[in-house]
Amino acid sequence: RPTIDQELLESLPNLKVIGNSGVGVDHLDLKMISNFGVKVTNTPQAVADPTADIGMALMLASARRLVEGCQTAVSPDTKYFPVDWLGVEVTRATLGIIGMGSIGYRVAQRARAFDMRILYHNRNRRRKEEEEAVGAHYCEKMEDLLQQSDFVMLVVNLTPETHKLIGKKELGLMKPTATLVNISRGAVIDQDALVEALQNKVIRAAALDVTYPEPLPRDHPLLKLSNIIITPHIGTATVQATRMMAEEAIANMLAVLNGQPIPSEV
Amino acid sequence: MWYHKPVINEELLQSLPNLKIVASSGVGIDHLDLNLLSSHGVKASNTPFVVSTDTADLGMALMLASSRRLVEGYQMAVSRDTEYFPADWLGTEVSGATLGIVGMGTIGYKVAERAKGFEMKILYHNRNRRNKEEESAVGAIYCKKIDDLLQQSDFVLLSVNLTPQTHKLIGKRELELMKPTATLINISRGLVVDQDALVEALQNKVIKAAALDVTYPEPLPRDHPLLKLKNVIVTPHIGSATKKTRRLMMENMTESIQAGLTGLPIPNEV
Repeated sequence: RPTIDQELLESLPNLKVIGNSGVGVDHLDLKMISNFGVKVTNTPQAVADPTADIGMALMLASARRLVEGCQTAVSPDTKYFPVDWLGVEVTRATLGIIGMGSIGYRVAQRARAFDMRILYHNRNRRRKEEEEAVGAHYCEKMEDLLQQSDFVMLVVNLTPETHKLIGKKELGLMKPTATLVNISRGAVIDQDALVEALQNKVIRAAALDVTYPEPLPRDHPLLKLSNIIITPHIGTATVQATRMMAEEAIANMLAVLNGQPIPSEV
Repeated sequence: MWYHKPVINEELLQSLPNLKIVASSGVGIDHLDLNLLSSHGVKASNTPFVVSTDTADLGMALMLASSRRLVEGYQMAVSRDTEYFPADWLGTEVSGATLGIVGMGTIGYKVAERAKGFEMKILYHNRNRRNKEEESAVGAIYCKKIDDLLQQSDFVLLSVNLTPQTHKLIGKRELELMKPTATLINISRGLVVDQDALVEALQNKVIKAAALDVTYPEPLPRDHPLLKLKNVIVTPHIGSATKKTRRLMMENMTESIQAGLTGLPIPNEV
């Protein structure tokens, strides 16, 4: 917000730059904005760490059934803790990262500390040193990653190419014991296909920081499933990141206004 | 035995004169009266190393969930009353923060390894100092005095075993030494923390939050103040609750029992 449309841009003839807070620009009509001679900048640095952290938080919370566990721990009906209540391991499991940009790479750095086996799929392959630093194996075909991963994490940006990247076919390729984690954009997943896959236990679980729309309608099936965690798009919702995003956005905007090199123009 | 049941007391031991060995699940043995068992000629075993990685993983899960307000966030995301996601709703960052590990045994060290992946600054307090290579491998700085660790940490994680020395290790004094922005994480035993002091500290915002996999007792009475506080997450002692680990624990226990019955040296004897 505000929504950048034709009307708004016409009413602001002296507008030079739109400084977007956050890294995603899928909500901006870049062509239209460019026609008005307005530049667009984003804040890739500020978002990288906290978003990678949320990806790890969701993966761990889902694997160890943390939200359910909390509910059991505080429920008025709980008399004892059942012994046969189990989650799945994260350490030494296989993590498949789809989208190995700066956020995806940071996820790999964190996952390595858990001794995870890391596979990744990306438009371009990373350099050997970068792969070796985190022990990541490139999967040229996304199918290979999907079939081998215990956790699949989506860290791509939303473009026409990544829209509904994960649909019925892709979910069918995943292990029935696998978990899908989404910290990218809701529209990267075919949500109806996901509902079906979760209902029929085609995959074990999902953990989503992003959906389409946000929030979901209150009667949406995703909100009723027991094998899903949803968080309200909090990937960058930290005190530190909010400050850094503001600083980064301001630095970008000042650079445009002063005719200097722009740190992160889109 | 699982989850401290059956209770091993004089009565039980007298009713089982041929009992050779008690195989206890998990690493903690604070619930076993070793003198009593020994006086009846009964051996005991635990499952120490197999629980370490899962427990360390859960410690990290609790730290992340607490700092990013994951449980609250989930409730908001699914609540019937939610119309939009508020923009001014914030958590705090784990990456780059300072983690103080109290108890740098196998589990504590694994926590340090994981925290390093998040570029955390790691302080630790332990009965004994780890060697230089171990410290540099995870970038951990030794705090001889627990007070130093408490004063500097954004997250304090307890991974000691429960002994008379660690009983109520964290009380009113220790909580007050912590930063008002700090979070206490407990993956050790409920009794390592003075629970009443913790309730007071959380109510008065002496510390910011707590995340507990263990309490005393388990479960807590349903009207306990800890269950009502907004700035607490409690999980039902699930540190080792994964399929693979539970299977390994059973295998370990079975091996110990078989050795105990045949008079061979017992693996993981305590």
